[in-house]
Amino acid sequence: MVSGLINANPVVYEKKERRVRSAPANVDEYAVEPIDQLEIFDHLRDIKDPEHPYSLEELKVISEDAIEVDDSNSYVRITFTPTVEHCSMATIIGLCLRVKLMRSLPSRYKVDIRIAPGSHATEAAVNKQLNDKERVAAALENPNLVEMVDECLAPTYGFSN
Amino acid sequence: MELDWELRELQTLEGHKDRVWSVAWNPATGVAGIPPMFASCSGDKTVRVWEQTPSSSSWDCKAVLDETHTRTVRSCAWSPSGKLLATASFDATTGIWENVGDDFECVSTLEGHENEVKSVSWNASGSLLATCGRDKSVWIWEVLPGKEFECASVLQGHTQDVKMVMWHPTMDILFSCSYDNSVKVWAEDGDDDWHCVQTLNEANNGHSSTVWALSFNGSGDKMVTCSDDLTMKIWGTDLKKMMSEDGYAPWSHLCTLSGYHDRTVFSVHWSRKGLIVTGAADDAIRLFVESKDGSVDEPSYKMILRKEKAHDMDVNSVQWGPGETRLLASASDDGTIKIWELQPVA
Repeated sequence: MVSGLINANPVVYEKKERRVRSAPANVDEYAVEPIDQLEIFDHLRDIKDPEHPYSLEELKVISEDAIEVDDSNSYVRITFTPTVEHCSMATIIGLCLRVKLMRSLPSRYKVDIRIAPGSHATEAAVNKQLNDKERVAAALENPNLVEMVDECLAPTYGFSN
Repeated sequence: MELDWELRELQTLEGHKDRVWSVAWNPATGVAGIPPMFASCSGDKTVRVWEQTPSSSSWDCKAVLDETHTRTVRSCAWSPSGKLLATASFDATTGIWENVGDDFECVSTLEGHENEVKSVSWNASGSLLATCGRDKSVWIWEVLPGKEFECASVLQGHTQDVKMVMWHPTMDILFSCSYDNSVKVWAEDGDDDWHCVQTLNEANNGHSSTVWALSFNGSGDKMVTCSDDLTMKIWGTDLKKMMSEDGYAPWSHLCTLSGYHDRTVFSVHWSRKGLIVTGAADDAIRLFVESKDGSVDEPSYKMILRKEKAHDMDVNSVQWGPGETRLLASASDDGTIKIWELQPVA
């Protein structure tokens, strides 16, 4: 069923090669290993697009460069780029990113999620909604939405793909 | 004389299994030898009632109100007599609970909102209740004999999600704040009709993002609002004019406190002694007081204390204890409630 899609023919990009994170020479098992850009990208890259069988990485909705991390201040900002300007899936994608980080990062982390400036028709409205934790909490009590989010997140846990 | 203050943590209360959204002190406790009591509500769909045990001074959970709300309980409020507790839930209902002996019984459920109810407030006499929610409406309920509640008015005017409702501490004037960045003031016209009499928005020095909460000073002639725009704003009115036949006087912007918070300010509460406390998404609690240093007419406020890492996660609610106590309760995404005592530094 192609007719109902918001972006029926998205451009699909090649997946980035997975870098193996190199272990430091003197391994101190008690040393605190800071969370970096790549680690966060690894949590997010395999999230499935809500309407295509491709990952957010393959559609260039997210990239490593779009992740800003300040581990010492426990802060992350994700900037994602919807495939089309009127993508009504933008809030679902944003919700998937937020849920994945809520489940993956230590609770001390503060996360801001936004649409790349200029990439969406209702950018400010989507950004406001994604960063209102009360609305996010309410959305995550909606079984239909949770099902959609879980389906998109499944590949990130290695359940499929 | 300038004093330095500190917030001393008395106890951390655990029990909720999800984030704690809000706390509310019972106004009829903490005085005349009645031990202080408060309620807390949570994403775990329950409400807990806590009371200080006089012999040990420790705070203990007296009751867990569950199996009524089917979704998050977002806020709660005690009636002025302290006998009834109202609970606003994402399940679209507002529960009314009565304190019977040591137990709490759900005596009424108010239905009408289309979806999430986010806040509930009793007026000064306990004869009216207000609720608001995601359906952009504000409801006024009349409290009838026999614990019956009747919808007196449905107020439309906000263009988005309404985050909080709060009655004026002495007059039957209602305030609501919203995701639409505005605060609206509602008054009755004498024919039982309620109208929006004023909107405080960006055009009249109001907030530029979601307004999360508001609180009044002890005399009711000033109000503080806090917002996602990282500021707090102080508003003032002419109380004499308000109490005259007009029944209403406009509120005007007195000052903006900016530069103190770097993440959303979720909660603000003004104590009877003039101390303003805030709880924010940066896990900190801050205290502000009116500063007499200002040479100009308009009031200025200064921060007298910042408690970093008051909680491990966002601070969602801060509330001063009843009466003249220096107790403060705070609730957080970390699932705990903390009881603090404000003390001068020796």
